[in-house]
Amino acid sequence: MKKPLLAFTEKGIYCEPAGVYLDPWRPVNKALITHGHSDHARWGHQQYITHHHNKSIMERRLGDIAAQGVDWGETTVINNVKFSFHPAGHIPGSSQIRVEHKGEVWVFTGDYKLEDDGIAPPFEPVKCNGFITECTFGLPAFNWRPQQEVFNDINTWWKQNKAEGHTSVLFAYSLGKAQRLLKHLDPETGTIFTHGAIENMTEVVRRFTDLPPTTLITKDTPKSEIRGNLIIAPPGTHGSVWLRKFAPYATASASGWMAFRGARRRRAVDRGFVLSDHADWSGLLEAVKATGCETVVATHGYTAIFSRYLREELGYHAYTENTEYEGDSEEEEPPTNAKETAS
Amino acid sequence: MKDFAQLIRRLDSTNSTNSKVAYLSAYFSSAAPKDKLWTIALLSHRRPRRPVSTTKLREWASNLASIPLWLFEESYHIVGDLAETIALVVPQEQGGDQKALHERMEELAGLGRKNEDEQRLYLETAWQAFDHYERFAFTKLLTGGFRIGISQKLMTRALAQATGQEEDVLAFKLMGNWTPETTTFDKLVFSGQEAAEKSKPYPFYLAYPLEEGPESLGEPQHWYVEYKWDGIRAQVVCRGGALFIWSRGEELVTDKFPELQELAELLPEGTVIDGELLARNEQGIGSFNDLQKRLGRKTVSKKLLKERPVFLKAYDLLEWKGKDIRALPLQERRAYLDRLFSKPAGTFLERSPLLDFNTWEEAAQLRERAREEKSEGLMLKSKNAPYGVGRKKGDWWKWKVDPLTIDAVLTYAMRGHGRRTNLFTDYTFALWDGEELVTFAKAYSGLSDAEFREADRFIKKNTLDRFGPVRQVKPELVFEIAFEGIAPSNRHKSGVAVRFPRILRWRKDKSPEEANTLNDLKALL
Repeated sequence: MKKPLLAFTEKGIYCEPAGVYLDPWRPVNKALITHGHSDHARWGHQQYITHHHNKSIMERRLGDIAAQGVDWGETTVINNVKFSFHPAGHIPGSSQIRVEHKGEVWVFTGDYKLEDDGIAPPFEPVKCNGFITECTFGLPAFNWRPQQEVFNDINTWWKQNKAEGHTSVLFAYSLGKAQRLLKHLDPETGTIFTHGAIENMTEVVRRFTDLPPTTLITKDTPKSEIRGNLIIAPPGTHGSVWLRKFAPYATASASGWMAFRGARRRRAVDRGFVLSDHADWSGLLEAVKATGCETVVATHGYTAIFSRYLREELGYHAYTENTEYEGDSEEEEPPTNAKETAS
Repeated sequence: MKDFAQLIRRLDSTNSTNSKVAYLSAYFSSAAPKDKLWTIALLSHRRPRRPVSTTKLREWASNLASIPLWLFEESYHIVGDLAETIALVVPQEQGGDQKALHERMEELAGLGRKNEDEQRLYLETAWQAFDHYERFAFTKLLTGGFRIGISQKLMTRALAQATGQEEDVLAFKLMGNWTPETTTFDKLVFSGQEAAEKSKPYPFYLAYPLEEGPESLGEPQHWYVEYKWDGIRAQVVCRGGALFIWSRGEELVTDKFPELQELAELLPEGTVIDGELLARNEQGIGSFNDLQKRLGRKTVSKKLLKERPVFLKAYDLLEWKGKDIRALPLQERRAYLDRLFSKPAGTFLERSPLLDFNTWEEAAQLRERAREEKSEGLMLKSKNAPYGVGRKKGDWWKWKVDPLTIDAVLTYAMRGHGRRTNLFTDYTFALWDGEELVTFAKAYSGLSDAEFREADRFIKKNTLDRFGPVRQVKPELVFEIAFEGIAPSNRHKSGVAVRFPRILRWRKDKSPEEANTLNDLKALL
């Protein structure tokens, strides 16, 4: 049996003919990176290749790295292997990576969603033989509503809080979810304040995406100015001393996990909005179908269940591989050092 | 269903008790009387029987969702709640329910008598018409186990606010054997105290755990000290020549304890005793395990009645000759209780003795020996206190003996339910027997949310094997497990059964080899 074009090794997804890794989780010489979330873009590689939007994001997150930025659709040839980046629609700067060698084509998705979120170019189906896909929400229990409906709910919630004299606190992952919320919040309702970690990433994303204005909360921001307005903060600030200064407030989380009643209650937020940057059940199936592939490899999420469904019900050659990607890791995000970022 | 589903959604959306009471109270102020009555019934454990088996529900729901049954089952394991799984996978076809809660409940009551095709058609139509929360609430009612974080006490408080009544008066009225078919909202809530049926018990007064030493309670001579019995808290009500036994869950359990019927003749008319139901075995007072043999059985065999008879350890008197004496100080109630024992009380009624002590130090010594007396520790009760309602701090304290503990290895994990959905939080623990790890207990509580998340990550990364919802985990994590009692058992592979096991703490300082052995556990017998 001939060797697969992409192999799953202890360091990451390895393309042997080219001698490069895709989203490796251990330090390597040359890494192709799908997007800027910390489980995909790790510190310590000698050389990075990624979309140039994501290059800006990674430089902000990882500091001084040797990174080469490319365009979507642009082909990079390494040892006769052709690599190209294609929009994944997950977060700003996120790509799928297409790998072609001797007529065989593989696509690695990183993370993705199908709905156009308004801040990143939408997911682009890429024809391939083998499709290496995430399936963070690969269960039929996950069915997203159109985002406009969710944003209407969020804006209504903000207005209600304001009418009751409460500040609205939205917890969101600092890269991606925060900017997506920002894009669709109604600036007519009031001022949008940000926590330092959110502002930090928003500043970078503004370079290539048009976003409404935000006000960074500093130690000099008067409490009275914030009241009735909205704060976007990382989930780790929930219950922190930093946040408690802004009472009275109502809290909400925006995440795919909010589809689960238990997750909503565990998060202990007043409202849970079901809003994810990952594909839902039907989105995953649609993406697989659109590639025209024969082989599907599930990397993270409900991998065993999703690949069994593809195998038994749809006749794909589907299996799982162990990786160190975490998908939507909001649940695991460690508490932010509020003191450091608030000053 | 619309209003009711909306209520459930609002109750779900807050963690504040005051907000929950406010939402419920608003509902009780605005809903139709029949719907209110059903809501009270549902929130006080008066659910109708399940009309359709859950096997059928799974089959029909997966069909409606166009997914194979195995995928439905996998989803259910992860979601952790059948009603929520159905609510999530079944697509909504219409704009929500047009019928009222009581109509739906009446339809459900009749559904059991219909044939399978009619049942299926009814449920499919209903499910598709509902919105997400209606589908969740309705299916929850259908499957039973309607637990939504609202205690009967909270519901009573909200109803009291909405109807302008006193909470404890209302609590009294809501007890007993009513169903929405046998009463109306007005009759239940507004009819007078005198109409209270003769069987009704009083709301139980519950003790708080004593966290610090008893010195904080003041002078010892103001307090009674008794053993804390490890049985079932119960009220024995004797009125109109009949005897009723109520458990603390306000459940009528008279039929389970036929031997106590002789008290109907021995006790004076209008007597209500508060005490503990305990079993006897060959050695004297039996363990909770002995008592459990008497529960969960429809009929009690003659043999079992003889081997494990049950009796009441009486510690308080709430009604004396038809008069409610709860407002009297405990000292005086105890005096009335003693009068019950001035003539023979038979073999099924005993007094819980007041223990002799002069200083708190002496009380602490009594506590040390509590386990030898087949008790879980001590109860400290203020001599001057009236009998309260519910759990009120100040007059009754439970001072339990320190639990028995052992260090065990985590070997299997299952996903939790409710707010632990999708997290592995239900653990199986094992002890060493030579080279082998033998399961000895399961525990679900005792870790913080952050620790559960950390353990969950370990489990997901160190799964050795999967059996449906259960994962076999690499034996590496050691936990200190606490439990209240220990008894030999043939039903457990370890040969012992422990009572109320829970996680005391995560022993990160210990390697699995340092966990205890099965022999260490047996030494505690």
